[in-house]
Amino acid sequence: MKADLVLDTKGMACPMPIVKAKKALDGLAPGQIMEVQSTDKGSVNDFQAWVKQTKHELLSYKEESGIYKFFVKKI
Amino acid sequence: MEATTGLSIMTAKELTQIVLAHEELFILDVRNESDFNDWKVEGESIDIVNIPYFDLLDGVDDALDKIPDGKKLLVVCAKEGSSKFVAEQIVEAGRTNVQYLEGGMKSWSEHLEPVKVGELNGGGSLYQFVRIGKGCLSYMVVSNGEAAVIDTLRMTDVFEQFAKAQGAQIKHTLDTHLHADHISGGRKLAEQTGATYWLPPKDAGEVTFAYEKLEEGRNITVGNTTIRIQPLYSPGHTIGSTSFIVDDQYLLTGDILFIESIGRPDLAGKAEDWVSDLRETLYSRYKGLPQDLFVLPAHFGKVTELGEGGRVMAKLSDLYRNNPGLNMKEEDAFRRAVTENLPPQPNAYQEIRQTNMGKMNPSEDEQREMEIGPNRCAVHDR
Repeated sequence: MKADLVLDTKGMACPMPIVKAKKALDGLAPGQIMEVQSTDKGSVNDFQAWVKQTKHELLSYKEESGIYKFFVKKI
Repeated sequence: MEATTGLSIMTAKELTQIVLAHEELFILDVRNESDFNDWKVEGESIDIVNIPYFDLLDGVDDALDKIPDGKKLLVVCAKEGSSKFVAEQIVEAGRTNVQYLEGGMKSWSEHLEPVKVGELNGGGSLYQFVRIGKGCLSYMVVSNGEAAVIDTLRMTDVFEQFAKAQGAQIKHTLDTHLHADHISGGRKLAEQTGATYWLPPKDAGEVTFAYEKLEEGRNITVGNTTIRIQPLYSPGHTIGSTSFIVDDQYLLTGDILFIESIGRPDLAGKAEDWVSDLRETLYSRYKGLPQDLFVLPAHFGKVTELGEGGRVMAKLSDLYRNNPGLNMKEEDAFRRAVTENLPPQPNAYQEIRQTNMGKMNPSEDEQREMEIGPNRCAVHDR
């Protein structure tokens, strides 16, 4: 999947991955896709709940050797 | 922490004191809704509200409406970072008396509070270690410079330091059964202190390490041939479950009999097979014991089970009067109660059993993750 913006939050702990993601998402235009990379396992459930609650769309989520990747489409 | 204005830190130990003293506290839990619904800080004088931190990124005004002004406020999250983030904003908004929980729910899950149960006739004392956040209970028998630890939890340092402070050397670690809700520290503590690790052989069929067999008749002595620990085979929660009678005064029931409930027989996948064992243990074996024994279980399910100083204990005769699990006359009703509509299983219980058998060796962090949530070993925990 091709993202318009890749946000690297690797090494950051709660709440920073979502704080950064929110800021980045605010700067995108509707329809654009953001990829968020995180190493914070604790944020995984939070991230999904947050996207759901913001009404944006979580296109996919996967884990690759300890790195969690979320693809979010701005609505 | 002393400060009543601005932001300060509360430790898990301080929170434990508040819960035990029934002090008033308002908690803002900023974890996500499903984690909150699964498990939270409980106390009889604690009010708690859940607003996830990611709902407060644009400011805390919405939260302020739900937090009473002038009351002591504790902000809680999974590890600490998000609670600090939210608490700082609440202080900036002008609120005072705001704290956040150091180490979050992880620290809460791992805190152990030692409580003295009583003196032993032969000299020495019995202590209970209350893991208040998860509802687990461990025990230490101390007599004449020696100690035995029963149902040791993963935080083995606490037991080592406590024994040291009592001037006692840990000689034995015993598990009443193969635990499914938490990772036993019995083997690790035994390795660290040169103690002997004891397990019921019927629960240890698949273990990958050496152990001593807990069997009826093989009494264990602690101290100067004074304190006896008598193993009593009491299957039902697991097929090997073994109770201990300590100093002819105390009955350590493991996960067979709790204060307000009884053990569930399904965590090793054999509910139907073990129902009759459980019934036999509860309705016949225990009934034949002296009824003035004090029951000391391996878990509590609700904060209402915490007594003086946090101690969890009751007379066997009182439990036969008050515990619903001991008052089901019909065998069929009993069978249904312990096999149908059971609460969800403890988090990661299969992996925890594998770990306790020595078949898995998760890292410290992984072990912590596996143990998140309440113990859920009783039939009536909802």
